[in-house]
Amino acid sequence: MHASYTKYLRMNRIPHMWCPGCGIGIIVKAMIRAFEAVDWSSDDLSLISGIGCTSRAPGYLDMHTLHTTHGRALSFATGVKFARPDKHVVVISGDGDATAIGGNHLIHACRRNIDITLIIVNNYIYGMTGGQYSPTTPVGAKAATTPWGNVDIPFNVTELAKGAGATYVARGHIASGVQLERLIRGGLNHNGFAVIEVLSNCHTQFGRRNRLADPIDLIDSISKSTVNIRQAAKMNKEELDGKNVVGLLHRDEDRMEYCEAYEQIIERAQNAQKNRGRR
Amino acid sequence: MKNKNKNEREVVFWPGNIVVAEAAIAAGCRFFAGYPITPSSEIAHALSKRLPEVGGKFIQMEDEIAAMGALIGASLTGLKVFTATSGPGFSLKQENIGYASIIEAPCVIVNVMRGGPSTGLPTALGQSDVMQARWGTHGDRPVIALTPSYLDEVYSETIRAFNLAEMLRMPVFVLIDEVLGHLSERLEIPDPSEYELIDRPRPTVPPEEYIPYDSSQGDVPPMADYFTGYRWHTTGLNHDKTGFPTTDPKICQEEEERMERKVSSNLDKIISYDEFMTEDAEIGVVAFGSTARAAMVAVSDARDKGIKAGLLRPITLWPFPEEPARELGKKVKGIVVAEANLGQMIYEVERVAGCNGPVIGSNKVGGVPIYPGEILEKIEELV
Ligand SMILES: Cc1ncc(C[n+]2csc(CCOP(=O)(O)OP(=O)(O)O)c2C)c(N)n1
Ligand code: SF4
Repeated sequence: MHASYTKYLRMNRIPHMWCPGCGIGIIVKAMIRAFEAVDWSSDDLSLISGIGCTSRAPGYLDMHTLHTTHGRALSFATGVKFARPDKHVVVISGDGDATAIGGNHLIHACRRNIDITLIIVNNYIYGMTGGQYSPTTPVGAKAATTPWGNVDIPFNVTELAKGAGATYVARGHIASGVQLERLIRGGLNHNGFAVIEVLSNCHTQFGRRNRLADPIDLIDSISKSTVNIRQAAKMNKEELDGKNVVGLLHRDEDRMEYCEAYEQIIERAQNAQKNRGRR
Repeated sequence: MKNKNKNEREVVFWPGNIVVAEAAIAAGCRFFAGYPITPSSEIAHALSKRLPEVGGKFIQMEDEIAAMGALIGASLTGLKVFTATSGPGFSLKQENIGYASIIEAPCVIVNVMRGGPSTGLPTALGQSDVMQARWGTHGDRPVIALTPSYLDEVYSETIRAFNLAEMLRMPVFVLIDEVLGHLSERLEIPDPSEYELIDRPRPTVPPEEYIPYDSSQGDVPPMADYFTGYRWHTTGLNHDKTGFPTTDPKICQEEEERMERKVSSNLDKIISYDEFMTEDAEIGVVAFGSTARAAMVAVSDARDKGIKAGLLRPITLWPFPEEPARELGKKVKGIVVAEANLGQMIYEVERVAGCNGPVIGSNKVGGVPIYPGEILEKIEELV
């Protein structure tokens, strides 16, 4: 095993609870390689999640790990980061966790531009609770609660994040671990709110209901749906229809990071107080 | 408005909500996350100004759920943390209050109670969250709720809330109401030398030996601040001493019982109450918060009429002061429970007082205070 994995993992917590072939493991590995690449020490790092299969990831990592309530990871993360801006905070969340029950926290974290990296594992379904449809389930797809096909229009997660003000937005996928690691690394290095959506496979709950029960088939179909951003630039609207553009989709280095802005508030308040000479 | 009296105590004339905010700072609170809601908002207004002045952090979150989450996150880094809300916001916080309970994160929640279910009476008094405070979150967990009646008590009980939260590693509620939040009263700010500030127990063992929920030295396990070399796992799932999830029935039972014990074995430190003319009382009155002020007048008025009434005023509402209630129940012919709701605390009084006579309510929910005369009428009913 690559040295960094054992360095960041709680080896005594393994084997993990995920289904054989689940994409979450690949994503966790890419994340660990990114931690190592930016040389973050476990002691300075908090990994935070909500509830779901994806959200079980922190239990396996040897750092300050916080497995919170469903959808609320970003609020806890905001508290940790705002209290300790000098430390690193990363959130890992499922599509339901991040965009359904946690949708409000998502857009506000984007808007605040607080220096947190959010990895959204989009497996198009509620994995943990038995395959109910999520805000990213494609129209027509079958889920435990759409036995006749889904009529809800899914979110475009990266557009949502960008529109809400995230200053680093990227999309990667399960069949390209090297690119994924690079995209996560970019998010970790970015001083502001970074969102990395990762298209992933839940063959157990999504695949089984949609003729893609074999993880290889599902990963393959995800891979085929993607087109790299450089390639996408050369394609027209019709050609891009139904495609998932992957790569770094948006970056804004100019907006002030939230905790830094608040440091200025503290300074202003303390100066005003000194000038007034009050207690 | 500030002056110094002869003991060098600062004398102020503040509304209750400002008293809460200043007491929080005096208690060492350096982090507030909240969401505006009447009649609590002045607490947030004051802290948005005061916290950065003392190097602390204030954040207005997108809703109360987020505020409660941010609070717990900040608590894990070692800060003393605090939020303020009212009924509807208190409801939204409940899931994460349960989370704070199970991971044993110290935090203080002030609920400036208002009237009605739902939006109800946003600008008017109510004491509607007696049972929400006790049972609001799902599952079993210990509860501490403090209910001061006067503004000097609001100050001291707010400080005590932080101390209890830290000492026992749990959420602690302060329940005041719209009247107490908004009335201004002269009070003397105690000098910091007059009270003790308590910090959560922290580990004395090196990180390699740290067991996050080790209760071998007592029911309150030492808590390591994030980023101090102690890497531990925090989960809302039932967990064992290592902090990792377990479904082992025996361990789950033991750990939940240990959490309950943090309160049940420290009642002497937690329970506070006041008694007025109960010694020879023949009619008991039980009331808390601003209603207790009216009840006190009612008891005096009854005495003037030759009726031997006496008041028990819980300053700790949860855990309920069972012993004085039982004592009162033994000696009186009947009890009036006055509260600005349709009868919540009365269930507790009925349960514990063991009174041979009737236990009746003096209740009002229209947003106006219960007047002394109304409580007096009930006292007279029992004579
Ligand atoms: C307040 C609340 N509502 C519902 C649930 C049940 N629940 C647990 S996980 C989950 C959905 C998980 O789906 P997703 O976030 O997409 O993550 P995945 O399991 O697919 O990784 C739900 C609905 C819960 N734990 N808490
Ligand atoms: S149910 Fe789906 S998301 Fe959950 S572990 Fe299995 S494959 Fe992965």
